Amino acid sequence: MLTLDAKLPQGPIEDMWTNHKDQLRLVGPNNRHKYKVLVIGSGLAGASSAASMGAMGYNVECFCFQDSPRRAHSIAAQGGINAAKNYRNDGDSTWRLFTDTQKGGDFRAREENVYRLAELSTSIIDQCVAQGVPFAREYGGKLANRSFGGVLVERTFYCRGETGQQLLLGAYSALEEQIAKKNVKMHTRTELLDYVIVDGNVRGIITRDMITGKLERHSADAVVLATGGYGNVYYLSTNAKGCNVTANFRAYRRGAGFANPCFTQIHPTSIPASGDYQSKLTLMSESLRNDGRIWVPRDPDEKRAPTDIPEAERYYYLEERYPRFGNLVPRDVAARNAKDVCDQGLGVGPTGYGVYLDFGSAIQEKGVDAVKSKYSNLFEMYERITDDDPTKTPMRIYPAVHYTMGGLWVDYNLMTNIPGLYAAGEANFADHGANRLGASSLMQCLADGYFVVPVTIGDYLSRQTPGEIDTTHDQFGAVEQECRDHINKLTSINGTRSSQDFHRELGKIMWEHCGISRSKESLEEGLRKIPELRDQFWSDLKLPGGASELNQSLEHAGRVVDFLDFGELMCRDALAREESCGCHLREEYQTEENEAKRNDEDFAFVSVFEYKGEGVEPELNKEPLEFNAFPLATRNYKS
Amino acid sequence: MKIRLHVWRQESTDKKGKMESYDLDNVLPDMSFLEMMDVLNEKLTVEGKSPVAFDHDCREGVCGMCSMVINGQAHGPKATTTTCQLYMRHFKDGAEIYVEPFRSGAFPVLQDLMVDRSAFDRIIQAGGYISNHSGPKPDPNSIPIEPGVQETSLDAASCIGCGACVAACPNGSASLFTSAKISHLGMLPQGQPERYERVGAMVDQMEGEGFGSCRNYAECEAQCPKGISIAFIGRMNADYLKATLVEPVDGRGKMHAQ
Amino acid sequence: MNRITTLYSSTIGKKFIAAVTGLILFGFLVGHVAGNLKVFTGSTEAGVPHVDEYGHFLRIVGEPFLPKMAALWIARIVLLASVALHIVVVVQLAFRNLEARPVGYVRSKKSASTLAALWMMFSGSLIAFFIVFHLLHFTLGALPIGEFQHGAIYKNIYSSFQNPLISLFYVVVMGVLGFHLYHGVWSLFQTLGIDNPDRNKSLRMFAIIATIGIVVGFSLVPLSFMTGMMPEPIAYDPALLSH
Repeated sequence: MLTLDAKLPQGPIEDMWTNHKDQLRLVGPNNRHKYKVLVIGSGLAGASSAASMGAMGYNVECFCFQDSPRRAHSIAAQGGINAAKNYRNDGDSTWRLFTDTQKGGDFRAREENVYRLAELSTSIIDQCVAQGVPFAREYGGKLANRSFGGVLVERTFYCRGETGQQLLLGAYSALEEQIAKKNVKMHTRTELLDYVIVDGNVRGIITRDMITGKLERHSADAVVLATGGYGNVYYLSTNAKGCNVTANFRAYRRGAGFANPCFTQIHPTSIPASGDYQSKLTLMSESLRNDGRIWVPRDPDEKRAPTDIPEAERYYYLEERYPRFGNLVPRDVAARNAKDVCDQGLGVGPTGYGVYLDFGSAIQEKGVDAVKSKYSNLFEMYERITDDDPTKTPMRIYPAVHYTMGGLWVDYNLMTNIPGLYAAGEANFADHGANRLGASSLMQCLADGYFVVPVTIGDYLSRQTPGEIDTTHDQFGAVEQECRDHINKLTSINGTRSSQDFHRELGKIMWEHCGISRSKESLEEGLRKIPELRDQFWSDLKLPGGASELNQSLEHAGRVVDFLDFGELMCRDALAREESCGCHLREEYQTEENEAKRNDEDFAFVSVFEYKGEGVEPELNKEPLEFNAFPLATRNYKS
Repeated sequence: MKIRLHVWRQESTDKKGKMESYDLDNVLPDMSFLEMMDVLNEKLTVEGKSPVAFDHDCREGVCGMCSMVINGQAHGPKATTTTCQLYMRHFKDGAEIYVEPFRSGAFPVLQDLMVDRSAFDRIIQAGGYISNHSGPKPDPNSIPIEPGVQETSLDAASCIGCGACVAACPNGSASLFTSAKISHLGMLPQGQPERYERVGAMVDQMEGEGFGSCRNYAECEAQCPKGISIAFIGRMNADYLKATLVEPVDGRGKMHAQ
Repeated sequence: MNRITTLYSSTIGKKFIAAVTGLILFGFLVGHVAGNLKVFTGSTEAGVPHVDEYGHFLRIVGEPFLPKMAALWIARIVLLASVALHIVVVVQLAFRNLEARPVGYVRSKKSASTLAALWMMFSGSLIAFFIVFHLLHFTLGALPIGEFQHGAIYKNIYSSFQNPLISLFYVVVMGVLGFHLYHGVWSLFQTLGIDNPDRNKSLRMFAIIATIGIVVGFSLVPLSFMTGMMPEPIAYDPALLSH
């Protein structure tokens, strides 16, 4: 049984964060350098927290598996970042951003955290502009905004289609400043393998130098995980190839609670896979749905080119099923319906898993140039990948795994239930509930990294004696040996199948059984198939190369090990949550119109899984959710 | 499609490398170049040979991790395209394809096609930032920025730090990378206080890393996956000359303790 | 002094020096070609070719403030120093650039570099050799080509360019010079940071026009003499020059 004390501050929600900061214990400037904080990951959350803590004077070390901290996958976010600045005077406010996020998350997030996120959103923009992030400006030189993701205000700040890149480069430059000033030590091409826990507190980590293969011990007074999401459990996702669950899953194995692992956001508009060799999926911005109409042929045996199919034989299924929102229904509804029509055999493209996104009507109405100029980069990107011109023939799109709302359980201070171990950004579960609003992931990472962790960590550190445990402690030796044994076990299987092959198969199982929609049967079947695959993995893996050298196959195999175990945990969570909410659709629990049917009576809680040992079923703990500030409401996109 | 690959194989930095040839006959035009490399690697793995090491991550053209010179061009034959966004349909059936790592003395080969580009991080450390603490800042609209300035600054900031400019430059110069960062910050009002100190420090670091000098070939601009303009190099030169010959030096970087 | 050493120790500083000396030499070439074209303007009534007068003018320019030949020598020193500096910094940079890529490519394909840009070292070396040759030929008269008489420029040119090999050699070298200028003239604006996207096109155009102008202007002289279009030199009294 985990003790899940969220350490929520007292008082009205509007004042909570301020009051909380006033109550937190601090570490004085003279003492900060004595405390060593390890930050794992260098994306938005990692780079921003490492830089902030470095600037405050803590002794920070930061780790990433890429060759430079600038490469983390935050860089790929296209759309923008929300902030309740209300520059447009259109009625935006902290409260609105808070309630939009809560509604978007289908009331499965802790409202105190969400409110704080909304409250901090404006400072993020200020911070980023001060770093030189070139946000879009209007003619008068003031910041520009656009609307994003089905909200009624314009609060999204952006830099063309590369907002994530510019924000990350801002955080990266701040990090490099601190590296230059020797406040932060950077370890690139280094992968976290495990944690050293002494008397319940995290005291360090074991890493592998990906160039030399050397295992290294790092002691710490606190560890911040900013290790991102685990969408790659599906093999195909919009995540970077390197994204993995290992750091988070190893924390779980060491006692950290894993919250809501099954909450996965599936983005409706990605370019479909074209074959088995496909290595990742590329997202097309959702804005395309503003002008594109989604359809499939009515006839499952349709062989004609899309442009030859007459209007009457096209099935505009979103417009027919949801007359009010039409093609602009929320992400999960659009995704689910796409899968639905494809499962009925109506899908298009070589794999049968694709639907048309047609700009024909928009072009007729506004002219080809107007449409082209609006979406020029997206059309170019699409044409580059598929060799089709979307102005001549409809695009093909299909849903893809994009973001994972689940993550390590954290309290209001963003500390996991392992004292000293923090989780920030996509790695924690805190702010997005069962679904995330567009342009909110960047916001959350930076709120956590610039403003929350650097402040709350002092409260924990001030209670610790700095450098109490060093790397000569027995526990370091023991964990290092476990890591070594694990690697040796992998390299000595000498079977016939590559880790890629296993990963691909796991992905198919996950997509099939724990994907866009889930059912008891499908999940139970998933739970049968995954252990089988895992057994095959451990008996038939072919792993070239050795342990003490640069070995990309070994890195990947190590990640697949954790994905295999983690996939099972996801299925377990999805099975236990007998309701539909946000992105989690259980086929048994939907309204007559195939809408998600939430069960607030029985499931208004965070599912927190506790590791119980190899081969033992994990224990489900529940953190009840209370909605005092903003009461529960059902969402309705139909009327 | 059938293709013949000639790939640079090198075990580690201190070992000698050489080109090796591989035939692939199940390549599909819709595969990306890296997916084709994946197919090769799976084949090598199953055959018990060591797969080709190469850097890659986001596979959507923005992280800057992928880094191959394909048929003599950084990121291959297609302009403004990273290797991960290059497709096999851009090659002919039966093509011979040469794949080499980015070549530069400042980018030592780690293994096969992987190189160490940490020199770029050190150039940024030398001054590629606006000094800041995290915390309350003035409202951004209190400093209006002309949209044109913002746009050009963003053009420069679009650099993904892949190193193609160095690989492409006949002189192995890192001027395009360095100038893009200097221009991004140097054009914005927020970047003014450190503008001349920045350009001096970053250029010094760039030279200290052993990159070659710019000779205005414009090869970098042509092979840059983001199409960054060499106009930024001109800007960097002007700022550097101003910093060295005109701007007062004494105050810079030498504040008195107060 | 500190600034100068800092400048000299950096590659951008060296390029700056190459650009500034290049600009000086470019200015010299414009003057030189303008002077050369005087061979086409004929002679004074006394029979002195205009080009000879022009040569004489260069020797006495600055009088009475400067002694005879002084201005010419100042110019010569500046020019020689420019050539020397230009070569020194460029060679230093070239060595550095060789070190910057210790292992080359098996396959290499250029996307944008012009031949002019790629051949700068080659064209530069040839021009350096040519400068020595040209000075020995027409300034010092130390080469066994044609007749040579100090100050009798028209006559010297006429006599040398009767030999079609010499004329063609001069024309070819001017072609090479054109290559060097085409890249160099635009390049120096970029190096000095004067170039920007708004000006780029005009500066490129300027480089092309200046290059064509200089190459054509220089080449006209040997070509016209070689093809026999020019009148034979007439003997005149050298005293006519020193009025």
